[in-house]
Amino acid sequence: MATQHSRSAARVMLAPAVFLLLVWMLVPLTMTLYFSFKRYLPLRGGDQGWVGFDNYVRFVTSSAFWPSVQTTLLIVGGVLLITVILGVLLALLLDQPMWGQGIVRILVIAPFFVMPTVSALVWKNMFMDPVNGLFAHLWKFFGLAPIEWLSQASMLSIVLIVSWQWLPFATLILLTAIQSLDSEQLEAAEMDGANPLARFGHIILPHLSQAITIVILIQTIFLLSIFAEIFVTTQGSFGTRTLAYLIFQRVLESQNVGLGSAGGVYAIILANIVALFLMRIVGKNLDA
Amino acid sequence: MGHIVLDNVKKSFGDITVIPPLDLQIEDGEFVVFVGPSGCGKSTLLRLIAGLEDVSSGTIRIDGQDSTAVPPAKRGLAMVFQSYALYPHMTVRKNICFPLRMAKLDKAEQDRRVEQAAAVLNLTEYLDRRPGQLSGGQRQRVAIGRAIVREPAAFLFDEPLSNLDAALRVGMRLEISELHERLKTTMIYVTHDQVEAMTMADKIVVLQAGIIEQVGSPLELYRTPRNRFVAGFIGSPKMNFLEGPEAAKHDARTIGVRPEHITPSPSEGVWKGRVGVSEHLGSDTFFHVHMEGCAEPITVRSGGEVDMHHGDAIYMTPDPGHIHRFDGEGLRIA
Amino acid sequence: MARTVTTQRKSLNTAIAWGIGLLIFFPVLWTILTSFKTEAEAIADPPVFLFFDWTLENYAVVQERSDYMRFLWNSVIIAGVSTLVGIVVAVPAAWSMAFVPSKRTKDVLLWMLSTKMLPAVGALYPIYLIFIELGLLDTRTGLVIVMMLINLPIIVWMLYTYFREIPGEILEAARMDGATLRSEIIHVLTPMAVPGIASTILLNFILAWNEAFWTLNLTAAQSGPLTAFIASYSSPEGLFYAKLSAASTMAIAPILILGWFSQKQLVRGLTFGAVK
Repeated sequence: MATQHSRSAARVMLAPAVFLLLVWMLVPLTMTLYFSFKRYLPLRGGDQGWVGFDNYVRFVTSSAFWPSVQTTLLIVGGVLLITVILGVLLALLLDQPMWGQGIVRILVIAPFFVMPTVSALVWKNMFMDPVNGLFAHLWKFFGLAPIEWLSQASMLSIVLIVSWQWLPFATLILLTAIQSLDSEQLEAAEMDGANPLARFGHIILPHLSQAITIVILIQTIFLLSIFAEIFVTTQGSFGTRTLAYLIFQRVLESQNVGLGSAGGVYAIILANIVALFLMRIVGKNLDA
Repeated sequence: MGHIVLDNVKKSFGDITVIPPLDLQIEDGEFVVFVGPSGCGKSTLLRLIAGLEDVSSGTIRIDGQDSTAVPPAKRGLAMVFQSYALYPHMTVRKNICFPLRMAKLDKAEQDRRVEQAAAVLNLTEYLDRRPGQLSGGQRQRVAIGRAIVREPAAFLFDEPLSNLDAALRVGMRLEISELHERLKTTMIYVTHDQVEAMTMADKIVVLQAGIIEQVGSPLELYRTPRNRFVAGFIGSPKMNFLEGPEAAKHDARTIGVRPEHITPSPSEGVWKGRVGVSEHLGSDTFFHVHMEGCAEPITVRSGGEVDMHHGDAIYMTPDPGHIHRFDGEGLRIA
Repeated sequence: MARTVTTQRKSLNTAIAWGIGLLIFFPVLWTILTSFKTEAEAIADPPVFLFFDWTLENYAVVQERSDYMRFLWNSVIIAGVSTLVGIVVAVPAAWSMAFVPSKRTKDVLLWMLSTKMLPAVGALYPIYLIFIELGLLDTRTGLVIVMMLINLPIIVWMLYTYFREIPGEILEAARMDGATLRSEIIHVLTPMAVPGIASTILLNFILAWNEAFWTLNLTAAQSGPLTAFIASYSSPEGLFYAKLSAASTMAIAPILILGWFSQKQLVRGLTFGAVK
C-alpha cells in the first residue's frame, strides 16, 4: 500500500543495489561461459578459438575430476555429519541450566570468528605437525607413533579442521531454534508421560528439523567452496583436491582458462541446485 | 481554512474495489466522523485524503485546489495515527517540533509554538522525556501536539482512541472535542465506535463496504436513518428489527424500534414475551426478551430498578411515533 | 515458568559444558598462550601449558619483520570501507523493500541472496582479468569493491529484516509532518534502526575481515590484508610457532571481541531470517 509517488521513489532507491548485483552476477557469468567454449591458454598462445563443448567433456573425463568430486562430497558430507550431530547435542547441553552459560557460549562460538587462514595454519602446525604438534606429543605420551596427519590422514584432518570452524555455526543456530521452542509444549508432553528420550524424538527434533535443514543447506553452500583451508594446508595434494580447488588450479596454476571455466560452470550449476532448496525455505519464511 | 471536496473518488487495490466512486463535501471548521464496521474503507478514505494512498480515479480538492496528485507533505494536513506513530528516538519536544523543523521555521518560532502546544495539552513538564516514558494518554497528547503546531488546514484522526482504556477514552474524547471548539479547524475523525461518532461529530459519514450509507448530523442519523444498516449501526444498544406479520401491520418488510422506545410492563402491552437475560446498570435496565416468531431477542430499556426476572412474562409497547419502517431493499419508508 | 533444578544436576551440566567449551576453545587458547612463549618453549617436549617465561618479544618481532601494521591497516580499510559503502547502497534498497513492497519484492530479495551463493571460483578468472584490465589487482580499491559486492546481499537482507520491524505508520507520520524522502530516511528511519544497522555493520565487518578466497587471489604485497599475511606464514622457512601464534593472535583478536558482541545477529544474518 503506497502511492505512485512512493512506488517510483522505491524503484529509484532499489536500483543501485540491483544494478550492482546484476553486474556482479552477469559479467563474470557471461565471461566464464564465453571462456568455457574456447581453448584459451593465456601463457601458451592465448585465445585459440572456439572448441564447442570440448572443455566440458575434457573436464569431466580428466583423471582428476572424479576424485575431486569424491573429495568434495566426502568433505561436505563428513563436516555436515559431525557439525549437525555434535551441534544438536551441544545445543541441547547449552540449553540446560548451568553456571556461566554466557561464557561457555562464547567459548563455543569463538572458532567461527577465527579467520580460515589462521585456523588452518594453527591446526596444521601446532596440532598436526608430526614432530612438534600437540597431537604428536599426545600420541607419544600414550606410547604410540605420531601420525603424519596431513599426508597419512589428510581427509580426516581437513574434515576435522573445517568441522571445528563450522560447529559453532551449527550450534548457535540450533540453540536459537531450541530456545524458540515453547516450554509449555515440553511440559505438556511430560504430563502426557513422555520420557526425556521420547520428548527429544517427538517434540524437540521435529521442532529442530527446519533449523537443521537450513544449517545443512547453508553449510553446504559454503563448504562446496572452501578454499583457504586447503590452500594453506595441503595445496590439494594427498587426495584433498576438491572441485573448487581443481578449478582454481586449472585457471590460475596451469592457466588453462577454458578448461577451468567449464569446471566453473559445473560448480555454479551444483551450487544452484543446493541454493534452490534453501531459497524455497527462505521464501516461505518471507510470506509469514 | 479546511474545505475538502471528494469528487467521484474511487480506490481499488488490483482487482478489488475498496471504495466505489464517491462524493463528499467537508466544510471548513466541521468535525466530521467516518464511522463503520472494520473493513468498511473508512481508514482508506482518510488515507486518500491524507495522500498516503493514491486515488484510482476522481479528484480531491483542498480549499478549492486540486490536491489529487500532491504528496502528503504538501497538503497542509496533519494526522494523528492509531498507534500515535511517535518518533521513539526523539524527546517529546523534538517530536512536536519535527514538522516545524521540516518546514524550516526559524528556531524562535519553533520554540514558541512547541511551548504553546505543550501548555495547551498539559505536556510542559514532559517535554524532555521520550515517548517510551509516557503513558498512553500522554502519548496521545504528544501526537496531537505534533499535529497542532503545524496549524494545518485540517486534522485527520485515525482511530486515535482505540489503544486507550475505557476511562481514558472518555477523557480524551472530551479533550479532542474541546480542542475543536477552541481551534475551529476542520477535523476528520475515523472510528468504528458509534458512541465516539455520536458524541463528537458535527457530521457523521456512515460507511459500509466503501459506500457512504448516510451523511448527516448525529441526531439526523438517530432520528431518520436512511436504511436498515444505519439504523442498526447508530444507537446503543442496537435497534430491534421485526419482520413478518408485525412488520406487515405497518405496511413494511421490516420495522425497527429502539430499546428506549419500547415501554415494558408486567401486565399489559402490544407484544408479549418472556424475559431472558436482564442487565442492570443502575440508571437503566436492559431486558433481552424472547418473543415468539422472532429469532433475535428484543432489547428493551427500562428505568432504574425494575423487578422482573429471568423467565417472567413481559409485555411491551412500542412508541408509535418512533417506529422505523423499511422496505424490501432495506430502505427507509418515509 | 522456569523450573528449579537440583544443584547436583546443575553442577553436572556446568562441569560437562565447561569441559566441552574449553575443549572447543582450546586451539584458540593454545595459540594465544604460545604467542607469549619463546620459540624454544613453543616446541618444548613435553609442551608447557602455563608455566613459562611470558614474553612479548614475538609481537615485537612480527611487527618489525612483516610490517604487521600495514596488513592490519589493509584489513581495516577493506572490511570497513566495503561495509560502509554496502550500507549506503543497501539502506535505500532495504527501505524500498520493507516499506513499499510490491509483488516482485520477494523475488528481488531471493535473487539478491542467490547471487551470494554463486561459487567464487566460477567467477575467479573473469574478475582476475577485469582487475588486470582496470589496474585493480592488488589494490585496496579492488578488494573493497569485491567485498562490498559479495556482502551486499547479506547487508540488504539484514537491514530489510530490521526495517520490517519498524511500523510503517511512523514513516507515514513523518511524511504527513512534511518530511521529504531524504529527511524521512535520515531523521526518522536511520536513527530508529541504529541497533539493527550497527549489528549489520558488525557482522559484515567480521565476514569481510575473515574472507579468504578473494583476498588470497587478488592481492599481493601491496594490499594484502591479514588473511594474506597469515597465509604467508605457511611457507616452511617462515615458520616459528611463537611468532606464528603472535601473528595469529593479532589477526583474530579484534574480530573475536567484535564477534562475541554479535552472536545474536549472526543467526539472523546468516540464516536469512529463516531461524529466529
